Amino acid sequence: MSGTERTLLTQAQMAAGVQALAESILAANPGAACIALVGVFTRGVPLAKRIAAEMEKLGGIQVLVGTIDITQYRDDLNTFQMVPKLEGSDIAFDIDDLNVVLCDEVIYTGRSVRAALDELLNFGRPKRVQLAVLVDRCGREYPVQPDFSALKVALAPGERVAVRFTEVDGQDACTVETQASTR
Amino acid sequence: MTPRKDLLDIASLTDAEIAFVLDNAVPFKELFKRSVKKVPTLKGQTMLTLFYEPSTRTRSSFEVAASRLSADVTHFDIESSSVVKGESVLDTVETLEAMRVDYIVVRHKQAGIPNLIAKNTRASVINAGDGWHAHPTQALLDAFTLREIHKDLRGCRALIVGDIQHSRVARSTSLIFRRLGMQVAYLAPGSMMPREVPEEIPQFGNWRDAFEWKPDVIYLLRVQGERMDEPFIPSSAEYHRNYGLTDERVKVLRERGLHLMHPGPVNRGVEITDAGMNYEKCLINQQVENGIAVRMSVLYWLRPGAVGSGAGNLASNPAVSHSAT
Repeated sequence: MSGTERTLLTQAQMAAGVQALAESILAANPGAACIALVGVFTRGVPLAKRIAAEMEKLGGIQVLVGTIDITQYRDDLNTFQMVPKLEGSDIAFDIDDLNVVLCDEVIYTGRSVRAALDELLNFGRPKRVQLAVLVDRCGREYPVQPDFSALKVALAPGERVAVRFTEVDGQDACTVETQASTR
Repeated sequence: MTPRKDLLDIASLTDAEIAFVLDNAVPFKELFKRSVKKVPTLKGQTMLTLFYEPSTRTRSSFEVAASRLSADVTHFDIESSSVVKGESVLDTVETLEAMRVDYIVVRHKQAGIPNLIAKNTRASVINAGDGWHAHPTQALLDAFTLREIHKDLRGCRALIVGDIQHSRVARSTSLIFRRLGMQVAYLAPGSMMPREVPEEIPQFGNWRDAFEWKPDVIYLLRVQGERMDEPFIPSSAEYHRNYGLTDERVKVLRERGLHLMHPGPVNRGVEITDAGMNYEKCLINQQVENGIAVRMSVLYWLRPGAVGSGAGNLASNPAVSHSAT
C-alpha cells in the first residue's frame, strides 16, 4: 500500500473516547427515561453498541440500539463503480417522541449524516436527534455539526481517517492515511 | 457487485449475481413493514412498462417496485398507440429513447424481443416474459420465496407440473432452481412435455410416480390456453382429473408437509382447486409480495448505460425479426 499511516487515537484513547461520549450523552439528556442510539453502517454500528454498553454501566436509563443503512440515501450512489450490497436498517422500536442519538465513527462533509437523517425520519418523529462521532475531522460541505465528538482534528483533503473496530475489522485502531483518494 | 445494463434471462447471470439480487431483496422486503415503504434510490429516473401481451400481476408488481424506489412510472399503452397501426418494435424503441426513459420493462409474445430492444437503447431493459423463452424476475422471486422456507436450497426437490413445453416460467424457474443446487422433475401430459429435457430432470406422466420421487415443493403452472395454437388436452376437466391438484392430492401434500407454488393467475378447477388455494403451505401470496422486493432488487442493481448486458443465448429460440411489431 502506498502512502503513510499515523496513529490518531491509541486503543486506550479510543476506549476513553467512547466512555466520554457515553457520559456526555447522559449529561446532555437530563430527565430522559430512555435514549435510542442508532449506528450508521458500517462502523457506526459497533460504536453505538459500545457507547450503549458504557451508558448502561453508568445506569439510570434505558438504552435502545438500532442500525441504519444509508446506501440508498447517498447522493453519490450513481457514481459508484460497484453496486453496494444492502444491509438494511434495523430499528426494532418506535422512535416517536424518543431522544435519538445517531452514531458514526467519523464526520467529514456531513453528507452521510444528511442521508442518515432522511432514513431515520422514515421510522417516525423523534423528539430530538443528536449526533455522536468518534472523530470530527472538519471540512463540512453541509450545515451539520456533531453534538458529541471524542476528537476534533483538522485534516488535509488528501488525508483519510480510518477507524477500525474489533467487531468488524478484527482490531481497534484509529489512524490517518495519506494517499490519493480512490473515491 | 458490478452493475449490468439489462436483465434478459437467468442463463446469463453468474451465481454471484443471482445471490446478490436475492440477498438485497431481504432488506427491500423489510421495508414493507414500515409505514413509509419508500426509498429515494431511483429518484428522478423513469421506468416504462411496454407490454405487448396482457399481464395482471407482473406489470403492477414492477410498477409498485419502481414506485417504492421513488422512480417515476409510466406505461406505453399498446392498444391505443401507433403499434396497432403497424409501427415496428424498433420504431417504438426509438420513440422511447427520445423520451429518455431509464428502465424499460418488456413483455412480448415473441422470444428475443427484449434482447433486440436492449441492443437498441441506452435504457436498462428487463424481460418480463418473452414467448416461451424466459421470465427471469419470476424465477428470481420463486427462488427467493423458497429460500425463505429452506435456508439452503441444495438437495431440495421441486416438481414442476403442467404445460412445461409452452411455459417461460418453467424454463426460467427450473433453471434457477438447478443453479441453486435443487433437483427438478417435470410432471406433464406428453403433449406438454418439452421434446428435449436435460437428462438430470426426471419426467413423470402421473402423480403417483411423481409423489414417489419425494418432492419438497410442488410448482403448478397455469394451463395457458392462449399460448397454444391447437388443443393439447382433450378438455380442462380431463386435465384436472389427471394432472390438476385435486382435493385428494392436496391431502397428500398436507400429509407430507409439502409446499405449493404457482406463478399466477390460477385457473380454479383446472390446475388447482379451492382446497389447494386455501392449503396452509400454499406460497402464492408470498410469491406476489416477494415479487415486489425482488424486482426492487433488480432495479437497484441494473444501471442504464452500463456495459454488461444480460443478453443470453437465443440460439434455441425463434429468430428475431427487426420487422416484428
